[in-house]
Amino acid sequence: MRASFVFSEVVTGLRRNVTMTIAMILTTAISLGMLGVGLLFVRTIDKMKVNYLDDVEVTVYLTEDISANDKDCTGEPCASIRQSLESNQAVESVVYENRDEAYERFKRIFEGQPELVELARPQALPASLHVKLFDPARSEVILQEYSGQAGVAKIDDQNKFLDRFFSFLNAGRNVMFVVALFTALAAVLLIANTIQVSAYTRRTEVGIMRLVGATRWYTQLPFLLEAVVAGVLGAVVGIGGVTALKFLALDRAMAATGGIVPQIEFFEVLVVVAPILLGVSVVISAVTGYVTLRLYVRH
Amino acid sequence: MIRLDSVSKVYKTSTRPALEGVSVDVDKGEFVFLIGPSGSGKSTFLRLLLREEVPSRGRVMVSNFDVAKMPRRKIPRLRQTIGCVFQDFRLLANKTVAENVAFALEVIGKPKRTIDKVVPEVLELVGLDGKADRMPNELSGGEQQRVAIARAFVNRPLVLLADEPTGNLDPDTSQDIMLLLERINRTGTTVLMATHDHSIVDSMRRRVVELHLGRVIRDDKRGVYGVGR
Repeated sequence: MRASFVFSEVVTGLRRNVTMTIAMILTTAISLGMLGVGLLFVRTIDKMKVNYLDDVEVTVYLTEDISANDKDCTGEPCASIRQSLESNQAVESVVYENRDEAYERFKRIFEGQPELVELARPQALPASLHVKLFDPARSEVILQEYSGQAGVAKIDDQNKFLDRFFSFLNAGRNVMFVVALFTALAAVLLIANTIQVSAYTRRTEVGIMRLVGATRWYTQLPFLLEAVVAGVLGAVVGIGGVTALKFLALDRAMAATGGIVPQIEFFEVLVVVAPILLGVSVVISAVTGYVTLRLYVRH
Repeated sequence: MIRLDSVSKVYKTSTRPALEGVSVDVDKGEFVFLIGPSGSGKSTFLRLLLREEVPSRGRVMVSNFDVAKMPRRKIPRLRQTIGCVFQDFRLLANKTVAENVAFALEVIGKPKRTIDKVVPEVLELVGLDGKADRMPNELSGGEQQRVAIARAFVNRPLVLLADEPTGNLDPDTSQDIMLLLERINRTGTTVLMATHDHSIVDSMRRRVVELHLGRVIRDDKRGVYGVGR
C-alpha cells in the first residue's frame, strides 16, 4: 500500500467537498464537546464525593437557652442529648461547639469579608453538636430520632445539601449527554452522506481502480480515511472548545462557589477527557464509514 | 486464454437472455473481433470476463481463473491480468497523461521506482512521448485513446479487452489506433475487441465472432464484418 497515494487521495477528497467537510467537522466537534463537558461533570461529582462525603456531618443546633447558658454541655438537656448520640450505633463521634467557638469559626470562615464579621454577633449563633456518622448516607436516622426533642432547635444534614447539589450536576451531565447523543446522530448521518457524495464524485476514479484490479482496501481506504480525518479534526476542535470553556467559563463558575466545587484541572481535559473524545470520534467515524461503504458503494 | 463454455446470462429485469449457450475459445496471442448489433450481448460478454457479471449458467475461464467461481477477494488478481479500453476513454481529467497511466499502477500498489521506469516506456510505445505532462483535454480524441491504451497496457496484461475503441474516432485516427492494438497483440497479448466498424474488421482479416440476440451465429478464422448486411 502506498501511503503517499492514499494520503493525497484523502486530501483531494476533503478539499473537493469543503463545505460538507466543514459541516462534518463542526457537528462532530459540538457533539464531542458536549460529551467532554458531560465527562468533566462526572469527574467533578466523583471528586466532590471523595472530598466531602468523609467529612459530611449532621449538625444538631441547640436551642437559645442552651446556647446562652451551657458553655460545655454539662447541664440538661444538652448532656443527655450528647450521651444519647454518643451511644448511638451509627455515630462515629460527637463534638460540642458552644456559642463562642461558633463565633470564632464564623470569623475564620469569613475573614475575607470583614464587614460581615463586623455585623455578626455571637448571640446570633447557636451552640451545636457536630455528629459524624460511620455512613454519611444514613443521616436520616439521626434526623428522625432527634428532631423536635427538647433542647434541639434544628437538625442540619449536609448530606441533603450535597445530594441536591449532586442531582443538579447529574442533571447537567444528563443534558450534555442527551444533546451529545443527538448531535452525534447528526454527525453520523453527515459522515455517511459525505462519503456517499464523495464516492459519487469520484466514481470515475473508483471505476478505473476496480477495473485495473485495485483491492477493496485501495478503492475504499481513502473514503474511510476521509471520514476518520474529519472525525479527528472534529475531536481536535471539540477538545479546543472544551478547553476554552474551562478557562473562560467553568473556572470562574467553580471559583464562585468558594471552593465547594473543586476546580477542573487542565490535565484532566488533556489527559483524561481528550483521549476519550479522540477515541470515540475515530471509532464512530471509522465504523460509519465502513458501514456506508458496505451498504451503498459497490465494489 | 479465454474460454466460455455453454455460457448463458439472464438479467433479472429482462425476459430474454443476454447470452444463451455461448461457447468460445480464444488462444493466447489471438486477435478477435466481437461483432453484432446493439443488444446482441457483446457488452455482457466482456463484463463476464471481468467478473462484473456472473453467468447464470456455464463456465468462464480467463487464463487460470475460473471466473464465475472464484472468491470475491481474488477478483483484483483477475482484473490485473486484463487491460480495458473503452469508447469514451475514461481518463481522469484532473491528472496529466503520465499521471493517468501511473494511476493504474499506483492503485495496485506498485513501487514508485517501477512506475517511474515503466510509464515513460509505455508512453513511448503508444507514441505519446513528449506529451507526458499534457492534460487530457489538451489532446485529440486519438491521443486520448492512446493514453487509455497505455493505461490498459502498462501492467502488461495477458488480455486486452477493447469495447468499441474506435467508436468516437474518425477513420484515419481509427486506423492508427488499430495499428497500435496490433502492435500490442504482437507482444503476445490476447486482444478481444468489440466493434461496429465494418471497414476495420474487413481490412484486418482477423478472427470474427458474431453475436446475434445472445447467440454465436458465426466464428470465422479470418472473417469480414458481414456479407449482404
